[in-house]
Amino acid sequence: MSLLIEQTLNGVQLALLLFLVAAGLTLVFGIMDFMNLSHGSLFMMGAYFAATFVPMTGSFVLGGLLAIMCTTLLGFAVEAIWLRPLFGRGHLDQVLGTFGLVLFFNDFVRLVWGAAGRTLAVPQMLAGQVSLGPSLTYPVYRLVLIGAGLVVAGGLYLLVQRTKAGMVIRAAASDRDMAGAIGADVTLVSTFVFGLGAALAGLAGLFAAPLLTVQIGMGDNILILTLVIIVIGGLGSVRGAFLAALIVGLIDALGRAYLPELLRLVLSPVAASTAAGALSSVAIYILLAAVLLVKPQGLFPARGAR
Amino acid sequence: MRRPSPRLLLACVLFILLALAPILTIFVGNDYPLIVLTRVLILAMAAVSLDLILGYGGMVSLGHAAFLGLGAYAVGIMTTEGVTSGLVQWPLAILLTALVALVIGALSLRTRGVYFILVTLAFAQMIYFVSVGLDAYGGEDGLVVPTRSRFSVLDLSDRTSFYFLCLVLLFAAIAFVAHLARTRFGLVLRGAAMNERRMRALGFPVYRYRLAAFVIAGALCGLAGILLANHSEFVSPSIMNWGRSADLIIMVVLGGIGSAVGPLLGAMVFMLAEETLSHLTTYWQLIFGPLILIFVRFARSGLIGLFPERSGDG
Repeated sequence: MSLLIEQTLNGVQLALLLFLVAAGLTLVFGIMDFMNLSHGSLFMMGAYFAATFVPMTGSFVLGGLLAIMCTTLLGFAVEAIWLRPLFGRGHLDQVLGTFGLVLFFNDFVRLVWGAAGRTLAVPQMLAGQVSLGPSLTYPVYRLVLIGAGLVVAGGLYLLVQRTKAGMVIRAAASDRDMAGAIGADVTLVSTFVFGLGAALAGLAGLFAAPLLTVQIGMGDNILILTLVIIVIGGLGSVRGAFLAALIVGLIDALGRAYLPELLRLVLSPVAASTAAGALSSVAIYILLAAVLLVKPQGLFPARGAR
Repeated sequence: MRRPSPRLLLACVLFILLALAPILTIFVGNDYPLIVLTRVLILAMAAVSLDLILGYGGMVSLGHAAFLGLGAYAVGIMTTEGVTSGLVQWPLAILLTALVALVIGALSLRTRGVYFILVTLAFAQMIYFVSVGLDAYGGEDGLVVPTRSRFSVLDLSDRTSFYFLCLVLLFAAIAFVAHLARTRFGLVLRGAAMNERRMRALGFPVYRYRLAAFVIAGALCGLAGILLANHSEFVSPSIMNWGRSADLIIMVVLGGIGSAVGPLLGAMVFMLAEETLSHLTTYWQLIFGPLILIFVRFARSGLIGLFPERSGDG
């Protein structure tokens, strides 16, 4: 039972991290019909900024805020310099252009921070474990992360669903031309959304830095998982991205925990652990294939999305 | 009499130059140029196969490297299990990639646009993770291929003869793709890329044509994978890293999409740029990344744009 709770918490925590990256990506997809492979790089930059500024300032909060600010500014710069010329071009051009950006950032990090990875300690205040039951302790940092992730997701929900700005964003995401025709400045909206997406990716990088090794290429893995999420959730739909992130996070965490035991019923222990490892990595892609077969537009498409 | 087209001339010139290249090794005194060139030829073959679906068919697959990996792994695993005869290995490996391409194509061709890009990427990642999970065959570290495929008439372990085998197979592939593009099959494929609805209205089962092209491209890329495993005598999951799929797209677009011989040019320039830039600086991608963007913005017709399709066109 305690394993189930622990793995569920791990799954939710992974889901929230993925959601933070996916939210900005899916909105840009929806609004600009823009295929962006470089969003994972902003996540990586966020983590590197965090691993630099937190030790420098000696404060997780202050350093974290600096890191998010820098990632946001970087996001605006990237949008203005590199991505704007690609808006309105074919998807093939966008794939190539943003892949070039991925290469650029990977070597930029190598140049500035060196090839070796970095680690960031969990903030002192949150370093301990907390008891959640008779036989279950869980790291405080991860619990706080889940809380913070939920708060941010809730805030994003309010912003998108309950404010004027959110209304314009949703309008632009579901039909860009029509939103433009009734007076919304779609380019401005997309710049704003891009900045917001960069800030969220930076935040995810900050959150993830104490959990993972901060290293070159860390954005690539996250990127592909988030792409899977936004396809499952439906391009342009924040709600869909949230639910899909939960599904993917839980499948990943629970699969890793329970598949070995399930497979041991039919296979030898060694074969079971090998097969389970491969199967749990593959499971979300199988899910993706299944979703596309049944609902090619994703599980929770943004209304009226193309 | 019609003059031969500039593109045909280009193909002939490239063939002659590449066929003379082994003489270089005599001057240089070591095999390094030949090894690099063999690699160029193999990756060019993968790019040519991608051009069939990307250039002619308008299908942007971001998972093509998976077929490269499948072909390579098929050879690697069979060799490890003691099956070294090329006459067994090669047909089986090609059959395997064709079958996988059939499944992936059948599923992903149900989608369009961005979804197709992402779904092909996802399937390639799936195969990538399966290869990482193959603990019995090296897992993440990869697998040493102890001997090259055995043929009675040809010794593949001889670098020069292996080079010429790759050269001949590559140009056969280019001729095949160029020919296919001019057949009824190719015309339907190209028509569907331009206006799918119209091709449907004319009564063509577009899905089936696309699927057939996808399978052919996959099998051809599988052949490139077979050559790659024999060339490096080593296979690892990194062969089918998603970045490799993107590299292949870059080669095709750099050379000129939908031109059969263009991807060879693209692969040559790509590898040349990689070799020179990485000798200049460790941080060569810092230059290469922006170069890709500049290229995409300003030179979309690719290098092949310098060589018009028919004489007198340009």
